[in-house]
Amino acid sequence: MKEFGGKVLFLDRSDINTDEIIPAKYLTENTKMALQPFILEDLKLGGFDPARDVAGKGVVVSRANFGCGSSREHAVWVFEVNEINTVIAESFARIFRQNMHNCGMLAIELPAADLDRLFGLGGEVEIAVDLAAGRIKAKGEREAEFSFTLNEFDRQLVEAGGWLAYADKKY
Amino acid sequence: MGQTIVEKIFAAHRRDTPTPENIILDLDVVMCHEITTPIAITDLESRGMDRVFDPDKIKAVIDHVTPAKDSKTATQGKILRDWARRHKIRDFFDIGANGVCHALFPEKGFIRPGYTVIMGDSHTCTHGAFGAFAAGVGTTDLEVGILKGVCSFRLPKSMRINLTGNLSAGVVAKDVILHIIKELTVNGATDRVIEFVGPVVAAMSMEARMTLCNMAIEAGATCGICLPDRVTAEYLWPFIKDEYESLEVATTHFKKWHSDPDAIYEKELSFDVSGLVPQVTYGYKPDEVKDITDMEGTPVDQVYIGSCTNGRIEDLRAAAGILKNRRISPQVRGILSPATPKVYSQALEEGIIKIFLEAGFCVTNPTCGACLGMSNGVLAEGEICASTTNRNFNGRMGKGGIVHLMSPLAAAAAAVAGHITDPRKYQ
Repeated sequence: MKEFGGKVLFLDRSDINTDEIIPAKYLTENTKMALQPFILEDLKLGGFDPARDVAGKGVVVSRANFGCGSSREHAVWVFEVNEINTVIAESFARIFRQNMHNCGMLAIELPAADLDRLFGLGGEVEIAVDLAAGRIKAKGEREAEFSFTLNEFDRQLVEAGGWLAYADKKY
Repeated sequence: MGQTIVEKIFAAHRRDTPTPENIILDLDVVMCHEITTPIAITDLESRGMDRVFDPDKIKAVIDHVTPAKDSKTATQGKILRDWARRHKIRDFFDIGANGVCHALFPEKGFIRPGYTVIMGDSHTCTHGAFGAFAAGVGTTDLEVGILKGVCSFRLPKSMRINLTGNLSAGVVAKDVILHIIKELTVNGATDRVIEFVGPVVAAMSMEARMTLCNMAIEAGATCGICLPDRVTAEYLWPFIKDEYESLEVATTHFKKWHSDPDAIYEKELSFDVSGLVPQVTYGYKPDEVKDITDMEGTPVDQVYIGSCTNGRIEDLRAAAGILKNRRISPQVRGILSPATPKVYSQALEEGIIKIFLEAGFCVTNPTCGACLGMSNGVLAEGEICASTTNRNFNGRMGKGGIVHLMSPLAAAAAAVAGHITDPRKYQ
């Protein structure tokens, strides 16, 4: 199975919506790859520069209600084509969370206190996710470990490589 | 133990229960538009799985950018059109017959009480107004829906919102839902279904109920839902008259979906709407809502009346009531997009289009276009739009633009005044 983890892109704000992740004007693209340069183009977050901050990252860490708004799966694909495989947040909007797992990617919820610790690790943080054990190891200037639970069905989707593969076998 | 309406719908559509928390539902309607469906189609083709589970249960429309504005949007339309023809999807709506999906499909009678409905569009929750479970999904869910006629959901928790009192003149469904979103916040209903009940809902038309349910997603809800009643039966009558002897029989039949008196709700809220005044959003989140009187004087560059929230005939009538014998401010660009050809045609017959034109509005064809900054009224950097749409996110109607959400009455008043103002002054 796919490995989950990588260097962390911290987006320290709640309610980041899918219009910010990928503006609607790019929804006219008919391939996922074409979305790649436009990631987080309209994100309202002081000091953030997508051109500088996204490259080389594998994990996004954010706050509450991540991915709210439009149902566009383009918001998941634009992460995928930028090699981001996991988003960790306090909570997710339902459709975004489902889209992540449907694509075989990980949307992990952690309590606010754990996120505070994660945001406070300092330096360049790298994360390794052990899906089977439900553990996250994070290493920046300091190290920390977190446990998480994934809805059992979502875990099955991720392990199957997504909803289409799962559904085609079963229904 | 009693069941809620959504629990009844889920029980009647259960295909599988992969875990105690999740359910796979059989779908009655899978709706498609040209923005989120083409990638599902090309993916199915590339996997050698270019099939549909039932062409009669699939409804498709080109609505987001129509007529096509460039080669890319023309290609999206072509992919959807070719696919609909290839699979003999009868209910496909192209130029001349197309309109905003969540206004068009109800008009065609496609949504019935007790149905399960998905679409690759977050405002699919609109159709809960008919007592259906209707949810927005991503492209992969849509793809599986097209192929297998199923979709996965977590078992729903329900929140019941009881609306009591009487709406004052100049205060409409849009004001009610903006106020509710403010109270719930943008994730106050995540993974929940909002059941709207009470005398205010019972007195609402289907158009108003659709406005109410349309914005349930802005509080994070999976679906907004109303209990189907005589108003629902009257709206659907042209489509169901062969199935029922009378409206009374249909209305009674619909009651089988009503939540039981002992159904369990996670949360029950009650709002008395009597004191509610017209509402408006500020900022970049739909829960950032104020009384319009607190935003008096905010200048606007553009006024947009349309969308799946407020582009229906009642909305146009309400706005026209303010615009009649008035001219819009020279500072303002006014844009009206009737949501469907039927709405457009009815507005022509009633003289409403003439009122908009004489007031100085531009009238466009039915399309989603400007609401999400794709076409037909995109804002420039720093411009402000008074809009009857559903999202005020940063960049939503154009990069650097600012959107204030409000009712059609308030939007018409802003067009006349050139700034945000209390629409009750113009009635």
